[in-house]
Amino acid sequence: MNIIRVENLIKTFRDFTAVDGISFEVKKGEIFGFLGPNGAGKSTTINILSTLLPPTEGNAFINDFDVLSQKDEVRRSIGLVFQDPSLDDRLTAEENLHFHAKLYGVPSDVYEEREKEVLQLVDLWDRKKELVRNFSGGMKRRLEIARGLIHYPSVLFLDEPTIGLDPQTRAHLWDYILKLKHDKQMTIFMTTHYMNEAEYCDRIAIIDHGKIVALDTPAQLKKAVGGDIITIKSSDMNSLKKELAKMSGFNLREEADSLCLEVNDGESFLPQLMREITTVIDTVELRKPTLDDVFLRMTGRSIREEEASGKEKMRREMKMRRR
Amino acid sequence: MKFLQPIYTIWQREIIRYWRDKTRIISTLIQPLMFLAIFGAGLSQTLSAGNFGIDFVQFMYPGIIAMSVMGVAFFSTISTVWDREFGFLKEILVAPVSRVSVALGKTLGATTIASLQALILLVLAPFIGVKISLIVIPELLLFMILLSFAISGMGLLVASLMRTTESFGLLMQILIFPMFFISGAFFPLTAVPTWMGLLAKINPLTYGVDAFRQILLSNQVPQNILDSFSLHSIPVNALFLLGFSALMVGAAVIAFNKKS
Repeated sequence: MNIIRVENLIKTFRDFTAVDGISFEVKKGEIFGFLGPNGAGKSTTINILSTLLPPTEGNAFINDFDVLSQKDEVRRSIGLVFQDPSLDDRLTAEENLHFHAKLYGVPSDVYEEREKEVLQLVDLWDRKKELVRNFSGGMKRRLEIARGLIHYPSVLFLDEPTIGLDPQTRAHLWDYILKLKHDKQMTIFMTTHYMNEAEYCDRIAIIDHGKIVALDTPAQLKKAVGGDIITIKSSDMNSLKKELAKMSGFNLREEADSLCLEVNDGESFLPQLMREITTVIDTVELRKPTLDDVFLRMTGRSIREEEASGKEKMRREMKMRRR
Repeated sequence: MKFLQPIYTIWQREIIRYWRDKTRIISTLIQPLMFLAIFGAGLSQTLSAGNFGIDFVQFMYPGIIAMSVMGVAFFSTISTVWDREFGFLKEILVAPVSRVSVALGKTLGATTIASLQALILLVLAPFIGVKISLIVIPELLLFMILLSFAISGMGLLVASLMRTTESFGLLMQILIFPMFFISGAFFPLTAVPTWMGLLAKINPLTYGVDAFRQILLSNQVPQNILDSFSLHSIPVNALFLLGFSALMVGAAVIAFNKKS
């Protein structure tokens, strides 16, 4: 059964199209990832699916409920962890959960049991009486996940769940998310712009400029890149380029200060290549394709370039400070 | 039940937050004391020879209650702007709860806190020489709640339109002073210029002060003097405050829907 069904969704803001006709389905029990640079339309999609924004065109269903006409049913069906923190830090962990449970109509007789269950899942059971303002960024995120689960949603939305967290905390958080999938068969829809995180997903949709440019399992997507990647640097790039242009058996791609070759079997191709090339080579690197290569292949640019803009950096820092 | 539960939950959070914030509790206690000390000791000396036909403290006291209620009610609705800034409003707005319950919960939270402050003032009244007969207290309380509700509703409307606490604070400052001065708290509105009279007519504080004064002074001042600076009958005051509240909360609900 498909928990999420999205049909030709479009969202425009005045003259800007944030989401440009996307369609996809999410199966029960899978982790489905939306991968793309900032501003690609990931959060807009989540806002539409969670009924916070009406779509300009197209349909979306969660648990077979229409996000436009059955808002309350949809809201009850989803747990949401927003990109930005959304806890009341003047309340205790427990009070935050209680508030949420009451708004979602969790019956009083099952509340205590569930509170224990979700807090134990994220290892916060013994901190439940503490004020949230004393929590670390990672603990807050975990509490938000617990909160998103307490009304037993059919699908959990995680919008950039690890943004602003340090690498160690990030890894820990992933342990919890995977435990959730494993123990509860929870369907998870997440967005991220971290390539390594997308690897945890069962299926990924790569989104760019509001369009889905690829949708498959991480392994399949990487296979589509065309095997292994050899990166060569030389002080005489022109002669290297000329030489490589005469050869065959690979795809050639030029980067800022290096040349990239996509080959099927890198281990056996590399020695052969080294024998044939006469230009002096500074460095050679052989690696397996990553999702970043997939993104590059699909969109013609690296996801990392997108991240580096100054405004975005500032925004990120502001967020960190808030946590 | 389905409608009341979220209102209660949202109200309860406002109260917990208030209870945790010791500064706010202390200021709730201190502010009325300060008002009474200043007005009681200072103004009564210089202005007791006024021509209202009654003691100035008796005349001013309803205004002090109204001002105090207004300040606290406005300030308490800042929590909505705060929630927006800190992301918590999203958590509320995405819940399967009607916007009306959200607005009512928020407004009632501020109403409770403001009424509490008014209650403290009421208890302190005898100490500065304001006489209150016990019979009028229920009616007085009712109007304190009504006025608190009207001002809280107004605060919520402003809060639902503001993005930052700074802009909210600024607008509050701009609103509070004219509202206070054109409310009949300081001087009777029976002989003011037309424009001021018109402004006073849409000012909820006017109706609160008017009702407070009539209730408080009913058995202490000759009826003809009381009538000379009263504007509306008590039921009319109550009706206006109720209508005003409904309008404000309704507009805030629309604003919530638009802004999310």
